[in-house]
Amino acid sequence: MSWWLVVGLSLGAYALKAFGFVVIGGRSVPAWLERSLLLIPAALLTALVLKDTFSTGTQLVFDERVVGLGVAGLSAWRGMPLIVTVVLAAAATALVRAL
Amino acid sequence: MKNMSPDVRRVVSASLTISGAVGVFALSFGVLAVSAGASVAQTCALSLLTFTGASQLSAMAVIGSGGTVGAALGGSLLLAARNGVYGLALAPHFGGSLGRRLITAQFVIDETTAMHMAERDPRLRKIAFWTTAISLYLLWNLGTLLGALVGSALDPERFGLDAAFTAAFVAMLAPHLVRKRARLVAAIGGAICLVTIPVLPIGLPVLLSGVAIFFGIPTKGDES
Repeated sequence: MSWWLVVGLSLGAYALKAFGFVVIGGRSVPAWLERSLLLIPAALLTALVLKDTFSTGTQLVFDERVVGLGVAGLSAWRGMPLIVTVVLAAAATALVRAL
Repeated sequence: MKNMSPDVRRVVSASLTISGAVGVFALSFGVLAVSAGASVAQTCALSLLTFTGASQLSAMAVIGSGGTVGAALGGSLLLAARNGVYGLALAPHFGGSLGRRLITAQFVIDETTAMHMAERDPRLRKIAFWTTAISLYLLWNLGTLLGALVGSALDPERFGLDAAFTAAFVAMLAPHLVRKRARLVAAIGGAICLVTIPVLPIGLPVLLSGVAIFFGIPTKGDES
């Protein structure tokens, strides 16, 4: 993996934190923009979940990973802590692969 | 914690509880980052310098599946944009010199913002922010290091670690989906990603899913 990713991500993430905090501190952005920015995780996290479950490279696939997604969804929906969700989903997927 | 007031004790123990949970999450980030191809040093550098979990994990997911640095950066920075909104909300409460505010800015994340906002009293707010910031930073980095060391010794497919990535995102996504508008945006974002996976370079569909937020802009007289 390239160190440029580490550098770029660190500088970019810090700039975003500092932008609101230092640069325009005390003033506010329009409400519609603020709401839109707070909706980004819903869209991106869903996209990441679907990409990791239903694709390999640029190919759409349907395999054992769907079991992991099902278990993770159930666990998160039941309000389990993140680590429990992660361990259950990984274990379920490993189990299905071993069968 | 004996000679603390009940309020301070309550805030400090809430901070430590959150930080403990995040520290355990850091273990999984460490394992997943090395399984995606990062070195132990790179994994630790990400947690020390980037210090915003969802973005770090998203970058690793894109790199791990063969995406470019640009694609990984785009999605991760979009995810980090919410920290800018938190900064706006917190800034009026943090004075002091520019240098001091520049340091404080690094600690503006989901957990510190939530802890700060949960209190009414200005002094308790400061305590909530800083105890969370410091304990979480320490445990996030300690967990990352341990996870990266453990992860170097594992075979990702065999232990279902690729599914662990997905599960971590699912767990982070769940709290967002309590709002109807967020569910709509999530559904549209997911659809955009799936439809574009076969035709776009790896990682770009995730970035493009961000377009879905335009469907979340409230129309006139609409308040949910």
